[in-house]
Amino acid sequence: MVLNLPFSSVAQMRLRWWLLFLLPLWPLANLLLLGFGNDLGTDPAKFIVDEMGTWSINFLWITLAITPVRHFFGWGWALKFRRMMGLYALFYAVLHLLAFATFLIGWRSDLFFRELTERPYIVVGALALIILIPMGITSTKSMMRRLGKRWKTLHRWIYPASLLVMLHFIWQIRASFYEQLIYGLILAVLLGYRLYLKYQK
Amino acid sequence: MLIKKPDSIKSSQITPESIYRNRRQFMKAGLGLAAVSSLGLPSLARALEYDIPADLPQYPGPEWMRAQLAAAVRNDAFSTTEEPAPYYNAITHNNFYEFGTDKRDPVRKAQDFQTDPWTVEIAGEVAKPGKYNLEDILKPHALEDRIYRLRCVEAWSMVIPWLGFPLADLIKRFEPTSKAKFVRFETLVDKEQMPEQDSIFSTIDWPYVEGLRLDEAMNPLTLMAVGVYGNALPPQNGAPLRLVVPWKYGFKSIKSIVKIEFVEEMPASSWNIIAPGEYGFFANVNPEVDHPRWSQATERRLPSSLLSPNIVDTKPYNGYGEEVAQMYKGMDLKKWY
Repeated sequence: MVLNLPFSSVAQMRLRWWLLFLLPLWPLANLLLLGFGNDLGTDPAKFIVDEMGTWSINFLWITLAITPVRHFFGWGWALKFRRMMGLYALFYAVLHLLAFATFLIGWRSDLFFRELTERPYIVVGALALIILIPMGITSTKSMMRRLGKRWKTLHRWIYPASLLVMLHFIWQIRASFYEQLIYGLILAVLLGYRLYLKYQK
Repeated sequence: MLIKKPDSIKSSQITPESIYRNRRQFMKAGLGLAAVSSLGLPSLARALEYDIPADLPQYPGPEWMRAQLAAAVRNDAFSTTEEPAPYYNAITHNNFYEFGTDKRDPVRKAQDFQTDPWTVEIAGEVAKPGKYNLEDILKPHALEDRIYRLRCVEAWSMVIPWLGFPLADLIKRFEPTSKAKFVRFETLVDKEQMPEQDSIFSTIDWPYVEGLRLDEAMNPLTLMAVGVYGNALPPQNGAPLRLVVPWKYGFKSIKSIVKIEFVEEMPASSWNIIAPGEYGFFANVNPEVDHPRWSQATERRLPSSLLSPNIVDTKPYNGYGEEVAQMYKGMDLKKWY
């Protein structure tokens, strides 16, 4: 495949690995730069929490996009990076939670409990994260071997998790549903492709 | 915090209206005198100095408004002693969805917003309806500086010094009829200038509308603002004329008003139309009644430090209960949220 050519040699494959490993760290680096430049706006706490959440969604969608991208463009190599992208989704989701707990509620357990009981969108967000955690833990090669067939079953939980994440996002619509519509359409295509594959069989 | 500051107005601090009016007359006379006797000296009228960093934009307002702004006097009886937010925060953190839904959209997109000349239509059950130039609407009113707490339904809050005059004074001038039970306000519709009004993704059906019951509108706390921090209102803060109702969630304080209508029935209000189960007509700040999506028991007072967030308990009526609670006597606040 033509698209594979630029990365055909071993050195180039290594370069690609490093690029795909380092690039996803950019949103975090960017936040740190903005923070040190005192450029996070009037409500840095909310800004950071939102930013981490958005990037978690981005990487979750990228993870889901790997299969269709591989099929349509013949990028076989992309599969090697699926676990990495999934781990970045989890990484940003954990940062999202940590930023929420630290910057927004100051680790006050009473507030944390209230948020979890009174804000339904936080409950679905938390559920999605709870689903992602075992997937992250079992993402190593040895775990793949140990779990065998069950590994795939476990990691199919990304589908319900992505739907919960979407609900978490939709529930925050106020004056505009632009972003939610875009993310929703992309997710519909990504999950729809799975359904299509299933019924093709 | 070690130093506890009083943060609500005690009833003993509220000046009876007659005295306060007399004082204003007295002050006006005094200012006139000062102007005569201090030619060449800095004006005594400019008692309100806020620290505005040189690198931030200032909004002097139209020529005709400047003398009035400069003559504004702090009304301590209606001001909290809490520290106002730095100017930067108040002019860069705005919900003004006509200019975009991000807090930073208004400051980015509203800077060329034309707010002079400006007309306001007075309509409905009123003796003197008509379209008035803002200048004519403002002319008879002396401006006051009042430091109010502002509480957003998204559970953040800020302390802001407004310049304005009581809405009650304006209402009296236009003489509502006995049929007038509510006041309805409208924001400008101008798709050229306000990009989000052109968005097909918007949940708001423009224009943005809000309303108050007549007694709420006549409450001495209800302010028609034309300025903040000793200057005119920046466009992102609702220039040239906005409402400030400090005991209600911020969305009641409608911005860039072009129409004030006196009506018999409770008017529809924008957020109530979008999600009636979440946003009521009254929208009084109430820690007991949660918004279905945001708990209202606490708020983050901005600016807030990252590592020790400035979380404060929300007070009923945003701490203005003594002044306003009697208006809601006998009402079930869970029903009339």
